[in-house]
Amino acid sequence: MSAAERWVRTAAERVAADAERLTRLDAAIGDGDHGHNLERGFTAAVAALPGDAPPGKVLVAAGRALVSKTGGASGPLYGTALRRAGKALGDTAEIDAAALATALRAALDGVTELGRAAQGDKTMVDALAPAVAAFEQARDDGGDLAACARAAADAAERGAEATVPLQAHKGRASYLGERSKGHMDPGAASTALLLRALADTVS
Amino acid sequence: MRKLINAPADVVTDALRGLAAAHPSLRVDPEAGTVVRADAPRAGKVALVSGGGSGHEPLHAGFVGPGMLDAACPGAVFTSPVPDQILAATTAVDGGAGVLHIVKNYTGDVLNFRMAAELAEDEDIEVASVVVDDDVAVEDSTYTAGRRGTGATLFVEKVAGARAEEGADLTAVADVAREVNERSRSFGVALSPCTVPAAGRPTFELGEDEIELGIGIHGEPGRERAKAATAREIVDAALTAIDADMPLAGQELLVLVNGMGGTPLIEQYIAYAAAAEWLAGHGATVARPLVGGYVTSLEMAGVMITVCRTTPELLRLWDAPVDTPALRWGR
Repeated sequence: MSAAERWVRTAAERVAADAERLTRLDAAIGDGDHGHNLERGFTAAVAALPGDAPPGKVLVAAGRALVSKTGGASGPLYGTALRRAGKALGDTAEIDAAALATALRAALDGVTELGRAAQGDKTMVDALAPAVAAFEQARDDGGDLAACARAAADAAERGAEATVPLQAHKGRASYLGERSKGHMDPGAASTALLLRALADTVS
Repeated sequence: MRKLINAPADVVTDALRGLAAAHPSLRVDPEAGTVVRADAPRAGKVALVSGGGSGHEPLHAGFVGPGMLDAACPGAVFTSPVPDQILAATTAVDGGAGVLHIVKNYTGDVLNFRMAAELAEDEDIEVASVVVDDDVAVEDSTYTAGRRGTGATLFVEKVAGARAEEGADLTAVADVAREVNERSRSFGVALSPCTVPAAGRPTFELGEDEIELGIGIHGEPGRERAKAATAREIVDAALTAIDADMPLAGQELLVLVNGMGGTPLIEQYIAYAAAAEWLAGHGATVARPLVGGYVTSLEMAGVMITVCRTTPELLRLWDAPVDTPALRWGR
């Protein structure tokens, strides 16, 4: 089983285990369905996994399933992230730190293009952008794949935590204006969860 | 959670099976999540497709039929439909004259419809999109996702549906849809939250003497919490907010007093009486009123007021025959 496939499976398990928490975060400033939607999407992603395929193909297939089955904004956004990451990996057979850095950067670019959110808007970008930067920094410092992925997951968790005082400027939470302050962004929380799953998968 | 359901996971498909059984004039595929006019595709007619999360019934599936929508694609409760579903509906109704997507302005809806439109264009179906954003409770600025699409969706679907039915081309149908949206504004008030079946608990908590001002249609909290008030005061708050954004004096209006799902019709008429009084007192004329739960938010109690500054042409299209499960006249 490739690392990509193990990551999709681990991510699906973690999303299912944390669906309640993500949904509660979403109920506070959104419409209370984020965890359940992602659970449906990742269940479909696992079902769509092609058997013996290179990591890039695995991520593209999982991404397409997320777009097709999740609904809401998170389906197109996470689906695009995985598809772009998969396409960046191409036919690479083994993922190393350099390949994953490129893939994560492509995922972030895909998300910001589609969702047009910037850092500080209280969205998943607030976890993903610092994670990608931390991954690249760790790689430049000579870290191996596991160290880079851990740095990314740590940065994503800090980024998600840092969304708590922010006022949302994108997505459904933005309708609340000032009242969106004081809650963690559910998209940033799920991004941190997915990147922690990645770090655990490659360790 | 006390709900008249079989299982939380089956809510949408079970409801679609009921819709199919009750309305043979619709072709319903509960698994694919599409509701299509039985006589689609109509050759040479621009087709209208709308969709969005379930939980807003009768929007959108209840508005499928001659004079209004050609297809609807209901997503999971309060969750936008997915691109495959929108594409299936688009393909099913395309009669060669193009398809208009009517999209409520929510990030998820906009993204999923955009992806579906790209897929449809790959199949050589011409698609135009109109985004409905009528809710004045949201500040329309770079600091928000923009105004939400709410009650005006019904006006847009009715008027654009009439224009398509009389043979207008895709550009003309899209133009009149945009015109209706630009001339419409809404403001909603909640007296209670609602419970998404899969979540099992209310979307927010309200004290006994509290109401939420400036709500959307997804059980989300509003902009502001206020002390409970009379129907007259609540209607005044809604119409004052609308009037500040789009002056109503001297205008001929379509007026929708829309129950949010849990407010009985008797209270909706109390609200309409207050609205009619308010509008007359502010120099506006009600050209056509509509009272009822048309764009709902599950069992949320409350009311939303939507107005459209009409023109003789828009009124003519509003009065044109329509034959759908939830809106029917002139035939």
